[in-house]
Amino acid sequence: METVKSIGIDAGSTTLKIVGVNEEGKILFSIVEDADPKVEEQTEHILNKLKENYDMESSKIVATGYGSNLIKADKKVTEITCHAKGIYEYFKTGGTAVDIGGQDNKVILISKNGKVIDFIMNDKCASGTGRFLENTAWRLKIPMEKMAELALNSDGEVKISSTCAVFAESEVISHLSRGQKLEHVIKGLHRAMVKRITSMIYTVGFNPPLMLSGGVAKNKAVVKMLEEELGEKPRIPENPQIMGAFGAALIGLSQ
Amino acid sequence: MGVKDKIKYIFSYKIAGKLLIEYNTKKTFKNFKPPKNWRTDILAPSLRTGVYTKEIIAKHYLEGRYVSGVKPVAWVTSGAPIEILKALGFYILYPENHGALCGARKVALEISEEAEKKGYSIDICSYARTDIGATLSKKTPVGKLPKPDLLLCCTNICQTVLYWYRVLAEYYKVPLIVIDTPFVYDEAKEHDIEYVKKQLEASIEVSEKVAGKSLSFSKLKEVVRLSKMAAELWLEIMNANKNKPAPISVFDQFIHMAPIVEKRGDPETVDFYSKMLDEINERIKNGIGAIKNERKRVLWDNLPIWYKIRFLSEFLAENGVSVIASTYTNAWGELAPMMDIERPIESMAKTYVYPILNRGTGHKLKTMETMVKEFDLDGAILHSDRSCKPYSVGQMDQRLKLLNELGVAALLLEADHNDPRAFADEQIKSRLKAFMEMMD
Repeated sequence: METVKSIGIDAGSTTLKIVGVNEEGKILFSIVEDADPKVEEQTEHILNKLKENYDMESSKIVATGYGSNLIKADKKVTEITCHAKGIYEYFKTGGTAVDIGGQDNKVILISKNGKVIDFIMNDKCASGTGRFLENTAWRLKIPMEKMAELALNSDGEVKISSTCAVFAESEVISHLSRGQKLEHVIKGLHRAMVKRITSMIYTVGFNPPLMLSGGVAKNKAVVKMLEEELGEKPRIPENPQIMGAFGAALIGLSQ
Repeated sequence: MGVKDKIKYIFSYKIAGKLLIEYNTKKTFKNFKPPKNWRTDILAPSLRTGVYTKEIIAKHYLEGRYVSGVKPVAWVTSGAPIEILKALGFYILYPENHGALCGARKVALEISEEAEKKGYSIDICSYARTDIGATLSKKTPVGKLPKPDLLLCCTNICQTVLYWYRVLAEYYKVPLIVIDTPFVYDEAKEHDIEYVKKQLEASIEVSEKVAGKSLSFSKLKEVVRLSKMAAELWLEIMNANKNKPAPISVFDQFIHMAPIVEKRGDPETVDFYSKMLDEINERIKNGIGAIKNERKRVLWDNLPIWYKIRFLSEFLAENGVSVIASTYTNAWGELAPMMDIERPIESMAKTYVYPILNRGTGHKLKTMETMVKEFDLDGAILHSDRSCKPYSVGQMDQRLKLLNELGVAALLLEADHNDPRAFADEQIKSRLKAFMEMMD
């Protein structure tokens, strides 16, 4: 039975992420689930199940994310610090970390030695976040996984001018009703989202390399368009969704 | 002046009310204890002289209830040149201060909704909405606001006031004096000051007519003298925070600045700030800081978030962050040296052209940079105030410059000074926490 030295829990607005690491910071397990309203019970249930396979007697627990207040942990740290830590340790370099989450986007400038120099989060508005695509996917009854594929294979693009997640939805419908092709509209939607993220990146000042985390980093169309807009190929971790929880677990190691 | 009004004023305010308030203050001051829910585990005990802040404000609004028909009443903007009105014996009401009071008492939203119901847009400044709502519905936590006989609007803080006061003028059918202050990019030109001076001179006639008496220049000089003295004391209180630990938090300053705004020119205000300065000096002598564990020293830019002062003060203090300098409270002290008792009108013209909001964004940046150095600060919180565009414009660049050129952590915090719908506790907490982790 392997010993889990530290557990990072990222209770986000949309998903719950749990990562366990050993003494060297190697990931032993990672779990991603849709977040329940009772995230504390959900977490406890997952941890209890994990105990069957891992020695978690002396594990430190560090929690982050909007739901972290509900979770029993040794320490609570913000997503900014956790993502920066996770990304920095994963890629072993400073630069610009961009986390595109369910309703929060974060752009974090990381120094050469892994310190947060500056950050920005979207305020008062979910424009450019995962919810932006989800809303429309749901409205058009297209599975999320298919959205990127449609955008990537599209031979044209319709300009979506609204950056509001709610208004963009009605703009999409109106384009479709005027006979625009579905894939052109979906590609335009991705572009609007990427432009919003790019503008956030420029607000703190872009410092390469660009490193992505968060669920939306799995969307290949978003990744390709970010490269087009910034002229820089983004680096993506194998499992971008768990970077916050991974960072949290690493912070627990130094406790 | 109605005899009935006067008797009611003398009995209800001058005798019963005032004496009762003063008696209460003396009693509270003597047996002083911080309020029950005051977090003495993380904060210094509340300032004892704070009982006088309450007294001054309570008396001010109590007088307002009975003053109609006894003294002429003027409603003025927060940056208005009030010395002439004061010398003419006006009772002066500041709708912005009343708005702040409504905000702090958490009734601003209900009152602004009264304005929104009548079609005033949610995008209008929340002070304006609170005031127009209070005017239309008569709702106020202070009992009753006196109807104005005169309105004085000075554009040195924003342009919204111009339209806001036109609404008031139309509603109350009373004269409106507008003092138009040219924007200052670097230095004010001589003709700018001359232009404001001429408007001030022209305003005397209208004010005299409403007051029914002539302006005494010796009285005006006296008001300017008292106004200057109080402002200088206020400046000294704020500068006391250059000490470590800093003795008075900006959140406390937000509360205790009420007299310097709405009672400047009164002898009681000078006495009050002089007492407060003594208490602050006492704190310095005994090494008492505004918060118990001052780990980091931070600046606040822009208006307070009135309905969340306590929440922010405690949340930051819990983490050892003391907010000790602010461009906002500084605005009522920094201009004091410009006042010249011997040349009241000329110096007023100059003083009222130079408020921070009537100057370029570079000036505000310089003010913040000076504060970072002089107060030895670790970070800056820039409240991006949805309701106050002139204060918020430029903050994005100012934030970056503070970060890149001075190397202090800087956070842009989006909210609104009086509209709680623009404030989400969890979002604000997560940003403030990340900001604090950045300073560590």
